[in-house]
Amino acid sequence: MFENLWINGEEAVAIILFGIGFTMLLFQRNLLKKLIGMNIMDTGVFLFLASMGYIEGRKAPIVTNGVLDTAAYINPVPAGLVLTGIVVSVSVTAVMLSLVIRLYKRYHTLDLDEIYVLSKHQMEDR
Amino acid sequence: MQFVVNFPLFTIVLSLFSGALCFMLPGKAARRYTMCYEAFLTVLCLWILQYTYLNGAFTYVMGEFPAPWGNEIRAGVLEATMALIFMIIMLTAVFCGYRFIEKDLDLSKENLYYALLNLMTAALLSMIWTNDLFTGYVFLEILTLTSCGLLIVREIGRTTLAAIRYMILNLLGSGLFLLGVVLLYDLSGHLLMVPIQNAIRELAADPNTFPVLTISTAILTIGLSIKSGLFPFHFWMPDTYGWATPTSAAIMSSLVSKAYIFLLIKIYWRVIGIDIVERMPIRNILLVLGIAGMVIGSVQALHADNINRMAAFSSAANIGYIFMGIGIGGVAGYTAAIFHIFAHAVTKAMLFLTTPRLAEVSGDSLLFKELQGSGLRDRDAGVFFTISAFSMIGIPIFAGFAAKLQFGLAAVEDGAGWRLILVFLALAVSSMLNALYFVRTIIRIYSRPNESTRMEVRPHHRAGYNVPMLVLTVMNLFLGLFSWVTVDLIHRGLMMFS
Repeated sequence: MFENLWINGEEAVAIILFGIGFTMLLFQRNLLKKLIGMNIMDTGVFLFLASMGYIEGRKAPIVTNGVLDTAAYINPVPAGLVLTGIVVSVSVTAVMLSLVIRLYKRYHTLDLDEIYVLSKHQMEDR
Repeated sequence: MQFVVNFPLFTIVLSLFSGALCFMLPGKAARRYTMCYEAFLTVLCLWILQYTYLNGAFTYVMGEFPAPWGNEIRAGVLEATMALIFMIIMLTAVFCGYRFIEKDLDLSKENLYYALLNLMTAALLSMIWTNDLFTGYVFLEILTLTSCGLLIVREIGRTTLAAIRYMILNLLGSGLFLLGVVLLYDLSGHLLMVPIQNAIRELAADPNTFPVLTISTAILTIGLSIKSGLFPFHFWMPDTYGWATPTSAAIMSSLVSKAYIFLLIKIYWRVIGIDIVERMPIRNILLVLGIAGMVIGSVQALHADNINRMAAFSSAANIGYIFMGIGIGGVAGYTAAIFHIFAHAVTKAMLFLTTPRLAEVSGDSLLFKELQGSGLRDRDAGVFFTISAFSMIGIPIFAGFAAKLQFGLAAVEDGAGWRLILVFLALAVSSMLNALYFVRTIIRIYSRPNESTRMEVRPHHRAGYNVPMLVLTVMNLFLGLFSWVTVDLIHRGLMMFS
């Protein structure tokens, strides 16, 4: 069983990274740490995709020296998926950071629990 | 090939284009433009529905790259019905809610609201039409971002806090969904739904790979159920729906969470294969969680002191109903679940669009004690609130009753045993709880107020509000009285799925 884990070492690390990021996003109280957790989580998935897409001994999918055999090249789709995923992840991070800035300006803290308590006290809106 | 096959892609592209256009238009023009183009999209969806009803489902291949490579859009009866109902609700939400948008937003930002709304339409429609899992993921993220945007446009501290909690939960969900998609891609080597299913049929026959398949499906299911707000993950709902501007609340509770569930149903039927899903233990878990959500959501709604929080907890309970339908399983169970998606979308949009009117004549307060007699001060909103409350309780001739009937029928068809008893008990208990808190609210808004809380009645644009509300009422009655038409459509759509 553990040999299999060793052969798929990159995938195992990717899943561990995903788990670390997931728990950080769920349990950290500091908003910035939560965001970093989210990025680690996404990176885990990207590592998984990239390592699955790479096959030892094959080349990038650009025809070189007239070799047309598909067995000589790797599949370009996983790399494309990683790129799309990175774009999505960056934009989500940007939106989240702007939300965090807004909250910080209002409550002067990054601790989510504290913000929650403060907002309960400020019954400014109804 | 008919011209109609281009329409699904056209609706998505037009929505994206309209998002960019509204960004540049001034506020009022953006609003008028949005109303017109959404009406146009409704007509297109009706056209697609008519075409698919007569000719069966079609697949639109983008860029003429055939199946294993290109990206595809697929339209069947079910997708078309879903898109049609979503567009009608979107349109009524804009018509009834724009006065509140003007009130809650800076005038200079009004066009940005409509830009976001149009991007959200694009995301909703692509999630309905797409035949490709990764496209589904990308638009799922766009839907999350735009719904967050629609929430924070109202700049009070509570909405920002609600938005960040909403986003954190949603990001957990999208992360899991992405992992699930990647695992499925890894297992099958495809991203288009039909080739994945062909690969999965072989994998499922092998007892060594079946557990891996179960884990991938479970990860996808957990991701999408977190995003749609199934029971243990429903706590973001009251803040989110309670503080958003009415149009956003109506759209988010009626459409956004339903789009995630629809994607889940589509994955079960078209990617994994429904017979393979039913062999996994997932459906029993969904049944139990759905029932827990129904009961606990209703109990929390009973304790709420604010009408919007009550409606939000009732949304959580209704998400529970839908997942119970998926848990019952079989064609009948999924038909009931999808029927409830429609019934609840129509009803809850109406509810969230009446409560701000009731609050407006009660000194802008949503608290129950201030709302006393508001149905007498604003009679139109009172009547429409009562209609939607009756539908939520499940009084015959309204949509909610037909949905509950479908759940009962599905449970009977599933066979005797603990599942049947559990479903019937849950339906009885949750209907009773629904009746308790909705009837209490109706009595409250129609009882005479004390002299001290008497508010003046303000004049309203009556036709602009009542006509869209009447449309929703007619849809509600149609779903309730002629449920067999919709059930037949859903049934045909599900048959086209496999």
